[in-house]
Amino acid sequence: MILLETEALTRAYGGVVAVNKVDFEVESGLITGLIGPNGAGKTTLFNNMTGLDNPSSGKVWFNNKEITGYPAHKICRMGIARTFQNIRLFKELTVVENVMIGRHFKTGKSETKGRFLNAVKSYVMLREEEEEIYEKALDWLDFFDMDASKNELAKNLPYGKQRELEVARALATDPKLLFLDEPAAGMNPQETDHLMATIRKIRDLGITVVLIEHDMKLVMNICDTITVLNYGQKLAQGTPHEIKKNPSVIEAYLGKDEE
Amino acid sequence: MLNFFLLILIYSGIYALMAIGQNVITGYGGMLSLTQAGFFAIGSYATAILTTQAGWSFWATLPVAFLISALFGLAIGLPTLRLKGDYLAIATLGFGEIVRNVLNNWDSLTNGPMGIQRIPMPVILGYTINPYKKYAFLVMVIVFVIIAYILFQRLARSRMGRALAAVREDEIAAQSMGINITKYKVYAFILGASVAGIAGSLQAAFTLSVTPGTYTFMVSVMVLCMVVLGGMGNFKASILGAFIIQFISYFPQLTGLSSVIPPQFKQILFGLILVVMMIWRPQGILGREATRYRKRAVSTTGGEQ
Repeated sequence: MILLETEALTRAYGGVVAVNKVDFEVESGLITGLIGPNGAGKTTLFNNMTGLDNPSSGKVWFNNKEITGYPAHKICRMGIARTFQNIRLFKELTVVENVMIGRHFKTGKSETKGRFLNAVKSYVMLREEEEEIYEKALDWLDFFDMDASKNELAKNLPYGKQRELEVARALATDPKLLFLDEPAAGMNPQETDHLMATIRKIRDLGITVVLIEHDMKLVMNICDTITVLNYGQKLAQGTPHEIKKNPSVIEAYLGKDEE
Repeated sequence: MLNFFLLILIYSGIYALMAIGQNVITGYGGMLSLTQAGFFAIGSYATAILTTQAGWSFWATLPVAFLISALFGLAIGLPTLRLKGDYLAIATLGFGEIVRNVLNNWDSLTNGPMGIQRIPMPVILGYTINPYKKYAFLVMVIVFVIIAYILFQRLARSRMGRALAAVREDEIAAQSMGINITKYKVYAFILGASVAGIAGSLQAAFTLSVTPGTYTFMVSVMVLCMVVLGGMGNFKASILGAFIIQFISYFPQLTGLSSVIPPQFKQILFGLILVVMMIWRPQGILGREATRYRKRAVSTTGGEQ
């Protein structure tokens, strides 16, 4: 089943076409890799699918529903969560508060009305709701073995932990689809191995994962299918094995053999 | 002397309400707004006009002052949402000046620069709260501050407070976590405005006359100083800041030195206090309030900047 699909998605900034008529699809339940040289338009594609940026033309479908041009918070509420290439944590908040924010839209007695009055309501109600959010957040911290640092400020965590916290925060929104933008950037080999295990664990929870990554060992190891972008265009799509052998992919990465 | 001290306390209370509102906008929402004088004026004039011209009681004008200010908060919040930092400050600064100029020139309604006099005193259960006998009025102001404090504290500790903190820390990440950032920014503006409107009503009932000259840009700056001095994101600190700033601004009169110390002295002192605070204690006297999720965390890391 196709969970997410883009149809001729294009994003141009003036004359620069960052993403050019890309048909990208994500199969439900799999780990999809999105690779390509720097500036190929991977992050732009991510941003256009998660509502942080709007495509110049083309369409995005999620779960058989068109979501083109939806605001980011709506897309998140529909079940797409993401992390960022340059970590975007709520730095001055504690670790557990960061994850609790992921639970934000899941709570509040109604989605559209009375939320304001809810907030001012009785002390007991407030506490019950807080307790519920807190417990859920702790569950996710437990998933990443981070309970011990729950009361630390996010900015004081070591780099690798900050990356994991971002994933925990995204997972707290109960997504169907998780976008990871260079999750292994700046990690040492041990941390990368650990990350691979974690991503597999996430997939086993029934969450579809899409990741942008430059670490080929990681990509080739855990991705079920890979899409390659180059100069904003889709270059290839296939299993890791097929991608490794694809001559145009090799050319994009290593250059053409001039004879 | 004692009377004068009571006056300072009453003004501290009225300004504390405004500072609480400013704290929602700036301390929690992270938006540098300079509008409080405008909402303060709107609240004052709502009470002044309705009591003198329509014969309403003070209490009946309170919800009106609240709603009109909230409406203006919405009207200011929506178009300025895209602006950040100093740009937002400039845009909102204009609003306060517009309000004052309208009050100055709309003679048929506001009586222009002459202002509105003979505002009736508030009556509660047959007892007149006479501002000249300051104790009763002080009690009323304190009750208002306590109610506002409890409501806003509750709000800040709820999911809404956390959502606002998320918007302040990182808008893009907050959006991607399913938070409607537009909505929360506007909420912050509406809440901050409405409580300033209430402060305006109290001001009208205390001075029994209103003139546009009271609601200058300096009021907004003083309120911002109160929040920064006390500590951003901490309602207790806003109240403390209000008291300290009011005390300083009346210091020459209180000590009988007003002939020696020129009135400009207080502006110099405000500036000096802010500079000193920014150097040695940027998080304010009390600092951001430690929630139960970060009992120790804040104190061990020092500055917020």
